[in-house]
Amino acid sequence: MEISINGAPVYFTLDVFGGIPISATLVVTWAIMLLLTGLCIWMTRDLKVAGISKKQAVAEFLVTTAENFVNNNMGPKWSRYIPFIAALFALSLCSSLSSLLGLFAPTADLSTELAWAIVVFIMITGTKIRSGGVGGYLKGFTKPIFILTPFNIISELATPISMAFRHFGNIISGTVISTLVYAALATANRALFGLLPGLVGDLLGEIPFLSVGVPAVLSLYFDWFSSFMQAFIFCMLTMMYIATAAEDG
Amino acid sequence: MERALVLMGCAIGAGLALIAGIGPGIGEGYAVGKSCEAIARQPEAKGDVTSTMLLGCAIAETTGIYGFVTGLLLLFVAPGIFLGML
Repeated sequence: MEISINGAPVYFTLDVFGGIPISATLVVTWAIMLLLTGLCIWMTRDLKVAGISKKQAVAEFLVTTAENFVNNNMGPKWSRYIPFIAALFALSLCSSLSSLLGLFAPTADLSTELAWAIVVFIMITGTKIRSGGVGGYLKGFTKPIFILTPFNIISELATPISMAFRHFGNIISGTVISTLVYAALATANRALFGLLPGLVGDLLGEIPFLSVGVPAVLSLYFDWFSSFMQAFIFCMLTMMYIATAAEDG
Repeated sequence: MERALVLMGCAIGAGLALIAGIGPGIGEGYAVGKSCEAIARQPEAKGDVTSTMLLGCAIAETTGIYGFVTGLLLLFVAPGIFLGML
């Protein structure tokens, strides 16, 4: 029984800046970005004030949901973050759900989440510096007492790492568990139909009857629920960190 | 012999790393139990309680995820590195 769990396959290497590997992560991420951009352009075509089309109703619903999501969690004065949070949510959700189409999910690659987390970390630091000045930002590390400075630095750096690993860990655990369940079901299937005598048992054993239905329940949790949950949590944490960063200064 | 030792160490380490799953299990169970109590007391606050609970669960899960990622590294990455060093 062969079970294999692989990272993103590398298609080819670009010969610039010392070689950039073009992996499935990159390709699928760009495809999703193009899809989302195209969808946005298509949905915002010929908008009307009265007598709106179904397409515009959906677009308005999505925008209102994003506005409410940010306004309820950060307050109305942070409305300039609505596009960023909505884009992050859409990219995260579509990336995780792309595994349903049999593509390599970009969120199953730590690089993707680490990149997002670093962007968020820069935004948090920027907000802190903007609200308290460079001096106030540096002084924040010595609170509540001077001796705690190293721990404050570690906890500051732990923010993006824990955000990235939380998202990555949840998605990859779903992948690993589904792979193991498929393998286990195939083995159970072979053992079950192997009880039939002769060639019939061998033949039926090779057809994965047990793999029909059972993994669907797992997919419902790991693909649909987990993808949605992790996108929600990542955006939620982003908003909370940024809002807290402004209050501290 | 050395190969076997390295693989054994990695496998045992991965098993030990996944003990980290106990903590989040207890913590999340406690959080969900408490939020059930809160919803029973104030059913009108269901939405707020649920979203706060999910966020809290996600943060409580972090240590478990660290353990899981360590386990994955020990199973899929570490044997390659250590066997290469032999």
